[in-house]
Amino acid sequence: MPEPMLVVRDLVVRYGPIEAVHGIDFEVGQGEVVALIGANGAGKTSTLAAISGLIRPARGSIRLGGRELAGAPPHTIFAAGLVQVPEGREILARMSVHENLLLSGAADVRPMYERFPILAERRGLPAGNLSGGEQQLLAIARALLAKPRLLLLDEPSLGLAPKMVATVFAVLAELKLAGTTMLLVEQNALRALRMADRAYVLELGRIGLTGTGAALLRDDGVGRAYLGA
Amino acid sequence: MADQIYNAIFIGSIYALFALGFTLVFSVLDILNLAHPALFTLGAFTALFAMQQGVPAALAVVIAFAVCGGAGVLLDRVAFAPLRRRNAPPLSAMISSIGVSLIVIRLIQLKYGPDLQSYPRGSLPADVMTVAGLQIDTLRTVIIGLAVALMVGLTLLVRRSRLGRELRALAENPRAARLLGIDVDRAIAATFFLSAGLGGIAGALYGFATNSPFSQMGLGFELKAFSVMIVGGMGSIPGAVLGAYLLSFGEVASLTFLPSELRDAFAFGLLFIVLLIRPSGILGQRAVDRV
Repeated sequence: MPEPMLVVRDLVVRYGPIEAVHGIDFEVGQGEVVALIGANGAGKTSTLAAISGLIRPARGSIRLGGRELAGAPPHTIFAAGLVQVPEGREILARMSVHENLLLSGAADVRPMYERFPILAERRGLPAGNLSGGEQQLLAIARALLAKPRLLLLDEPSLGLAPKMVATVFAVLAELKLAGTTMLLVEQNALRALRMADRAYVLELGRIGLTGTGAALLRDDGVGRAYLGA
Repeated sequence: MADQIYNAIFIGSIYALFALGFTLVFSVLDILNLAHPALFTLGAFTALFAMQQGVPAALAVVIAFAVCGGAGVLLDRVAFAPLRRRNAPPLSAMISSIGVSLIVIRLIQLKYGPDLQSYPRGSLPADVMTVAGLQIDTLRTVIIGLAVALMVGLTLLVRRSRLGRELRALAENPRAARLLGIDVDRAIAATFFLSAGLGGIAGALYGFATNSPFSQMGLGFELKAFSVMIVGGMGSIPGAVLGAYLLSFGEVASLTFLPSELRDAFAFGLLFIVLLIRPSGILGQRAVDRV
């Protein structure tokens, strides 16, 4: 059996003397959508920061398509095909929508204007003038232009109006249908679990539960902790 | 009168070239590079050394750009990068750049001594034309043209090119820049290369115009470039150019109409008034954007 697209083994993340992630294992298969859910402070952000190279893991292995990336700088990881849509979008507010798309490194950004006509309408505006939902679409479009092998989405629904959350998840559903491999980190666990093929529940820096999205949706513990059931 | 205006344009162009490099590093990295005057001096002396070996002046300017650019990258590796990695406060970077600056100046003095030097006889164009009563010398006119071309070139590079977009992304949001796959170390090296290279060209051109490079020639420029940057708007490239010409016209106006002792007092008084009217500088962004 071929190795899954992303394989994380024994990942440990430390900030000085404080250990935030205590040796977790998980993987994302080709074409699979995997959700990583958990409360604030469970280690989701630290895990993502380590995967994308923003912080150096203290220990462990991060393999993408068989290539070891633990401790590599962010631009190497990006070039290897691991592209993040960061939390809070991290769009460049003072640069235009068009320039934000060009920053993906793609020579031709027109496909994204066809896919997201609202971005074409706003192409000359500073990205900071866009609504939160439009900024999220811009961040997703920018990441897609980089032709990711694995798309990392960090809290894509955070701070959005309910209608916009539905729009963003509709876009993610289309990407899933098209076979995009995704790792979805979400506080909005209900939506994330409905979308995901499989999910991991992160608790205090350890993987607590794991299973298919549907199974975790039926789990009483997950229901009480994350779904408000 | 026309002579004075010509003079103001000339000296303003030198201030602008100097201030551009200073501003570029500040806008991308929030570092005040106090070694910039030493790079300016290094540019003048690199050109001098090259021309003493028989290299023509135009090529000597290119060599000054390359040597100073390389020195700028080295400066970052030695004085700034180690501090950046440890998240040292900005004041530490200022002190370490002063240190490098003193070392460079002393090395120049070791080779050339503290006295005024001059470029080899006949190596610079010396012809002067009189156009409508105005004395125009070829050298200064070429220098003005080159300085303006460099300002336009840098502006286009920053506004239009891929490297420019990467630098602006890094300036606005370093975290986003890294997540977008921008090779931050390479972008920082490019920033220092361009900044120091421009400083070196400014030094070589100023050395040519005065034909008296000396090891302390950068001293007066530091305070001026700093003021020009603040008045133009911290980190704004067109702002720095405007501020530079405002300062040079202020200086020349003062020399024309007031006792020469008042030159700096008048010129800096003018800048002070601009700041009273626009505290964030002529083209400065609102403070909230920069914080």
